[in-house]
Amino acid sequence: MSGPLLSARNVTKRFGSRVACRGVSFDLWPGEVLGVVGESGSGKTTLLNCLAGRMTPDDGSVTYETASAGVVDVHRLSEARRRLLARTEWGFVNQDAREGLRMGVSAGANIGERLMAIGARHYGNIRQTASDWLERVEIEADRLDDRPATYSGGMRQRLQIARNLVSEPRLVFMDEPTGGLDVSVQARLLDLLRGLVDRFHLSAVLVTHDLGVARLLTHRLMVMQGGEVVEEGLTDQVLDDPQHAYTQMLVASILPV
Amino acid sequence: MLPMIRVSGLHKSFVMHAQGDLALPVLANVALSVHPGECLALVGPSGAGKSTLLRSLYGNYRPQSGSIQVRHREDWVELVAAEPRVVLDVRRHTMGFVSQFLRVIPRVGAVDVVAEPMVRLGASLEEARRKAEFLLGLLGIPERLWQLPPATFSGGEQQRVNIARSLIADYPILLLDEPTASLDQANRDGVIDLIRQRRDSGTAIVGIFHDTAVRDAIATRTHNVALPSASPGATA
Repeated sequence: MSGPLLSARNVTKRFGSRVACRGVSFDLWPGEVLGVVGESGSGKTTLLNCLAGRMTPDDGSVTYETASAGVVDVHRLSEARRRLLARTEWGFVNQDAREGLRMGVSAGANIGERLMAIGARHYGNIRQTASDWLERVEIEADRLDDRPATYSGGMRQRLQIARNLVSEPRLVFMDEPTGGLDVSVQARLLDLLRGLVDRFHLSAVLVTHDLGVARLLTHRLMVMQGGEVVEEGLTDQVLDDPQHAYTQMLVASILPV
Repeated sequence: MLPMIRVSGLHKSFVMHAQGDLALPVLANVALSVHPGECLALVGPSGAGKSTLLRSLYGNYRPQSGSIQVRHREDWVELVAAEPRVVLDVRRHTMGFVSQFLRVIPRVGAVDVVAEPMVRLGASLEEARRKAEFLLGLLGIPERLWQLPPATFSGGEQQRVNIARSLIADYPILLLDEPTASLDQANRDGVIDLIRQRRDSGTAIVGIFHDTAVRDAIATRTHNVALPSASPGATA
């Protein structure tokens, strides 16, 4: 068996005197979906941005096992190489789809752009693949030439997912991918994500404050409070047998349906 | 013959931080082993820790100390304090769990809920669906329900979907938490038959069976579970 895909060691980020995340370490193995849960302000998104190279940690390191070039230190790569990695081997699903899409160009172009970044040149093939992916995320193919500005929130989020997955990334970062959506729209998106994760054996780091989302989509959990990981383990262990006072409080706060 | 499961010195307490760190010791110094073809029934009054023990065996609850070893891919694997990916691999290949309740997945039809563990083991979707339909039929789930998500099924139907899902992968170890609790007589007999077939073909089974008739029909041995005698009290 090969090594971990992504390794964080002692990742620490401060904003001025305030610590956003401190001393976070973990290994993500191929095929694993790691959930990061905690309340707003617990440092989840800062950690995700540090892992994905969007923010530079003040201390610690993040290493990634590339498909062909061995293990690289994400924060020691040149900006150009990091961008290339982000466009080819990684995906990043933002909570707000408008930040992850180009709102001024068509849905087809949003998907095709990622394909061109990995070297696709044949227009007909790109269009066909884009159309296939629209269907896979349950958007009618006749919306291919429409701009995402004309899409509903749930459709935009599915388009963002298609744009990210079309290049078959090895690692996907997701920041509250179902946040801000209606519950019925959420359920559809969750089911879709779950199917895609299984089918493409995706490895992912998923930030969410929703323990139900974490239960459905993740294998492992890290619970963050005040910037530090207070508990981790298999998702069902953490949710069914929480050990830390903060996790017990979170789990006890879920409203039963 | 080697056992499939061997447990020794197992301790588990629950510490409730919201109740002033109240500690409830549930398992103390538990030891047992289960061989292929055996069905060990956990017996004891309700609240004695039977479910806690069963969930610990599955790696769902985390004991404080002791050892739970299972035979996994021809090797012994320690589950106490194991890494998540080790526990997941054991669950994927070696150990199935039938709980009393089905955790429903939005929008996924019954046949695919049942087929999923087999697909994860590398079977084609068609092959897995065929076997899923066979099991659903055997367990008396009407064909018109097979494509529907089980969220709206009756308790007994959901439980049989759950049983089918746990039987589809031929795990060498099965853990059963009240597998017949909400079933009528005819369906209960069907489930008993299926579990006995698994036992007789060499599956090692640990189960909780409230119904003594079911227990007598399936179990080959019993293991008494009782709370530690020291009175539970608050600790700092």
